Amino acid sequence: MDTAANENRQAATMNSVTAEAVPEAAVVTPRPAPKMSSRRSSMPSWLMKIIAPLLGLAFLVLIWQIIAMSNSQFPTPLLTLQEALKLFADPFYRTSPNDQGIGWNILASLQRVAVGFGLAALIGIPLGFMIGRFKFLSSMFGPIISLLKPVSPLAWLPIGLLVFKSANPAAIWSIFICSIWPMIINTAVGVQRVPQDYMNVARVLNLSEWKIITKILLPSVLPYMLTGVRLAIGTAWLVIVAAEMLTGGVGIGFWVWDEWNNLNVPHIIIAIVVIGVVGLLLEQLLVALAKAFTYEQVSN
Amino acid sequence: MEPRDAKFIDIHQAEMVFNTSKGQFHALRDINLTVRKGEFVTLIGHSGCGKSTLLNLIAGLLLPSDGVLICANREIAGPSPERAVVFQNHSLLPWLTCHENIHLGVERVFSATENKSALKERTKAALAMVGLTAAGQKRPHEISGGMKQRVGIARALAMEPKVLLMDEPFGALDALTRAHLQDELLKIVAKTESTVVMVTHDVDEAVLLSDRIVMMTNGPAATIGDIVQVRLARPRERVALAQDPLYAEYRTSVLEFLYRKQAHPVAQAA
Repeated sequence: MDTAANENRQAATMNSVTAEAVPEAAVVTPRPAPKMSSRRSSMPSWLMKIIAPLLGLAFLVLIWQIIAMSNSQFPTPLLTLQEALKLFADPFYRTSPNDQGIGWNILASLQRVAVGFGLAALIGIPLGFMIGRFKFLSSMFGPIISLLKPVSPLAWLPIGLLVFKSANPAAIWSIFICSIWPMIINTAVGVQRVPQDYMNVARVLNLSEWKIITKILLPSVLPYMLTGVRLAIGTAWLVIVAAEMLTGGVGIGFWVWDEWNNLNVPHIIIAIVVIGVVGLLLEQLLVALAKAFTYEQVSN
Repeated sequence: MEPRDAKFIDIHQAEMVFNTSKGQFHALRDINLTVRKGEFVTLIGHSGCGKSTLLNLIAGLLLPSDGVLICANREIAGPSPERAVVFQNHSLLPWLTCHENIHLGVERVFSATENKSALKERTKAALAMVGLTAAGQKRPHEISGGMKQRVGIARALAMEPKVLLMDEPFGALDALTRAHLQDELLKIVAKTESTVVMVTHDVDEAVLLSDRIVMMTNGPAATIGDIVQVRLARPRERVALAQDPLYAEYRTSVLEFLYRKQAHPVAQAA
């Protein structure tokens, strides 16, 4: 695998993507330590790989403990762990619409992300293809995209509420808006960067437009498209928490806000960890998907 | 021989001017060249002399700013499978197997007249011709550079083109692989009686393979400086030719042109 080239390509694409997505992107590549360092230390490298993250975690817990001891309102790690065990013992209870298990809340958020994200992919990817393929469309939509891309997706929430007259579609609308930009931009960049050699092959073989799309454009754009999808899902997961805090109902974001109103700080901390874990899993899922569809570039 | 075959490819007063961001670039001027049917012509010159541009003009990948290019009595108005190109970097699609890469062209040319199994047979025959039957199901990154280039040649020849255009096809290969592929190309061309136009910067390659060597002057505004007729009997054999005085003479006259009359432009030494 030509990972170095891929890395470059992704780095290049990231520059052109929403500001919110960049911190996500920075976390994506946990590279194994270079071989040099394992030679300097006497520990075997697999042990280093386990010990270093554990030390980091221990450090975090220690800081937390110190904060908890100096502030009586802040729960200790142990107390939070006990609360978490209680919470996860029954994640799928449902007593009233406003009192449901954490599992239901996570699923509700994931469902919104899936719908908004899916709609964005359905519209954004074909649009990106067209913008990449036709210079006129690129000049036509370029300024609009540049103008709307930096707008926080939450600023679109009132428009969603106004149009859809309901909280749930409005939240989905925010997800849609934030996911669509990276998908359009990355797909368009991918189409523009299809190697000229491949297009020359298409011209010499006189391939039909359908064959050009299925045999040349799609496979060579796919890695770019998946980078866009990956950035989009990261942003979508960031946005849904904030959107749900505003819209209410069921969802992990609403749950955080609800627990704040109950002044249940351990639950808020648990929610933060859960949000992080789910985001990480989504990201990893798409990284794996992207790897499976990345082809080695032709070189001698 | 019919006049039509004598002027199978006919280039008349071709000019090529590129519009770049730094203004116009006059790449080629006054190109007049005819290629006989079944002839093997090489274009040689220093880098930047526009030999690839001329090949792309014949391929139809570029259209001339002025002048006319004719192939088999029809003006060249764009790329076509009848003028197949073997690219320098072979340009195989990395997501397709070798078989599929070749099949893509075969399908396009013959699917109107032949059924699926016949198309498959053609693809297999092309792979067999370049000795790669066993590598059919491999993807390009799983095979060596020489093998990739052979697949590129097979892809071009499988379409039964009227003209085979090759843009420094062996330029990126090591010397031994290159020699091996040159020998193979000689055999294939003898068997298929193809008309070939090939760009090269290798003097030995040019003398070994060609009927005529077209030597280009340095750019900008490059043109054909001189043409050497290579009257060496075929089939040619590399080792025997090394001691042939006629071979040495052709070699010297090409070297003379390249290094005395058209000394390498320093600015483009890379």
